[in-house]
Amino acid sequence: MMELVCPAGNLPSLKAAVDNGADAVYIGFKDDTNARHFAGLNFNDKRAGSALQYARERGVKVFVAINTYAQTSTFKRWQEAVDRAAGLGVNALILADIGVMDYASERYPDLNLHLSVQASATNQAALSFYHRHFNIRRAVLPRVLSIKQVRQLAEESPIPLEVFGFGSLCVMVEGRCLLSSYTTGQSPNNYGACSPGNAVRWQEKPDGSLETRLNGVLIDRYEAGENAGYPTLCKGRFQVNGNTFYAIEEPTSLNSLSILPDLQKMGIAALKVEGRQRSPAYVAQVTRVLRAAIDSCHSNPDTFQAQPAWLAELEKVSEGAQTTLGAYHRPWQ
Amino acid sequence: MQAKLVPKMALGPLLYYWPKEQIQDFYQQIAETPVDIVYLGETVCSKRRTMNYEDWLELAEQLRSQGKEVVLSSMTLLEASSELKALSRLCKTEGFTIEANDLGAVELLSQAKRAFVSGPSVNIYNHRTLQFLAKQGLKRWTLPVELSKTVLEDLQKERPSGMETEVFVWGRLPLAYSARCFTARAHNLPKDDCQYRCLDYPDGLRLRTREADDFLCLNGIQTQSAMTCNLLDEIKSLKRLNVDVLRISPQSHFTVKIIEAFDAVVNHQAESSTFREQSKRWALSGLCNGYWHGEAGMVQS
Repeated sequence: MMELVCPAGNLPSLKAAVDNGADAVYIGFKDDTNARHFAGLNFNDKRAGSALQYARERGVKVFVAINTYAQTSTFKRWQEAVDRAAGLGVNALILADIGVMDYASERYPDLNLHLSVQASATNQAALSFYHRHFNIRRAVLPRVLSIKQVRQLAEESPIPLEVFGFGSLCVMVEGRCLLSSYTTGQSPNNYGACSPGNAVRWQEKPDGSLETRLNGVLIDRYEAGENAGYPTLCKGRFQVNGNTFYAIEEPTSLNSLSILPDLQKMGIAALKVEGRQRSPAYVAQVTRVLRAAIDSCHSNPDTFQAQPAWLAELEKVSEGAQTTLGAYHRPWQ
Repeated sequence: MQAKLVPKMALGPLLYYWPKEQIQDFYQQIAETPVDIVYLGETVCSKRRTMNYEDWLELAEQLRSQGKEVVLSSMTLLEASSELKALSRLCKTEGFTIEANDLGAVELLSQAKRAFVSGPSVNIYNHRTLQFLAKQGLKRWTLPVELSKTVLEDLQKERPSGMETEVFVWGRLPLAYSARCFTARAHNLPKDDCQYRCLDYPDGLRLRTREADDFLCLNGIQTQSAMTCNLLDEIKSLKRLNVDVLRISPQSHFTVKIIEAFDAVVNHQAESSTFREQSKRWALSGLCNGYWHGEAGMVQS
């Protein structure tokens, strides 16, 4: 059965995931070694220990994401993160950096290593590289592949695959997007955050409109009464050829419930939920729905249908209640 | 200690989509310039086929006979199995070094025991990664564009012997890759019927904020900076850091003048300040150098 892998930015979220049916929970440490390096989020050693105990007593695995790119002067911090996770006895590390993988596989040859989506491996040859050198046991696929391409890869991959099931959507191939550092200096690769909060400004105008800026760059402008979204820079409205629209991506969430039977049939090992930065309530809700969906799909793959109640639940926690200039663009892929 | 040789100059792969004749004319001009290394091939979108594999190879032979060192560049984002097949063919090409722009290419080249170079989208952020890839056959690497001179300095101290270092010194910065085509999207066209609209934008399609500030540049599935990265004023520090190769990224106008300006400063003791006004004209939406100084990439200091 497909494993359900859920996010936890803190202990209450971890408990919410465990209590609502996650098979595994992924967490990060309190620094820039993980791709959700946000203030007030993540686990120190003591919290991580409690998390592990809570999960383990209930038969749930814990993975630790150490999935940003280490630099020479700070490499030690990534090394120590690997040491700490190994010392805690977690079920797997989720890694992106070749240097860090080299260290982890040499120092802890028996440790389960997963390839983070941030490693940006989208094809059989890249997967083979990581498998051959670092004995990677599972890979998380970037959100750039069509269902047909995922199927093909599942057939050829030397390692089991994990795909995203639900959550905020990166439209760029993960691990190779520098839009955030171009604008703010900080990116998922070099800092562990995209469109970081410290660069965000919300400015209300006298006419009631609201502007959202990232390091001074206008990401979007909302009329009075329009729902405003967080200024993730690929999800703003911009001008191209004189038209103003969501030129890169609409604020939107990924939801793969309708293709669950396909994913199951092609032997996908695990379904991942995005959102370590989200609330325990989000984690509980999404975990509950995906648990029910995976179980239903497992028992009746041929007649499986995503229930309207599930979709309604997921819609409530999806990104983006804004309108788009949808008529200007057709759906991608 | 032996005096350090001056860095070589390279012309990076053409990131845009041009008609075949324009590509061929362009490289005929390049043959006459003082650039040492020329990267050839399509790195952005596998649907761009005004030049096929044989055409690129013919051009490569020609430029080599004109004295250029030619490197064949490979695709950055590989999704379909047909793309992997094309990559595999490219990686078997005899006689030319291949530039890996994805770990898939690194795998094929290292399996074949071929020495290779890596482009800026191969994530080498630390010495341990660099040393590991050196063991797989990497002989020259390109600094990821978001990394600063301080990060490079640390890496240079630990680089394996014989490893060459390349830095992106001029051009709109390649920042992101997607399954989605933003040029087609801007024309309300699906990607699978894009009508090759990239041909209409020889330097990419400008994306502005709602205040009409130039921000990014859409180039099919690639997103670039609108502003042009310019490290002409940084030649001294590039030399001090023992950078071996300086990469200039092609654009539809002024590329020859840009190469000549870098040549003048790198090889003929010209002051970079003499090109300050001209370089502003050569850039398409202003200049930036923030990444090099450890700041936001869009900043010009």
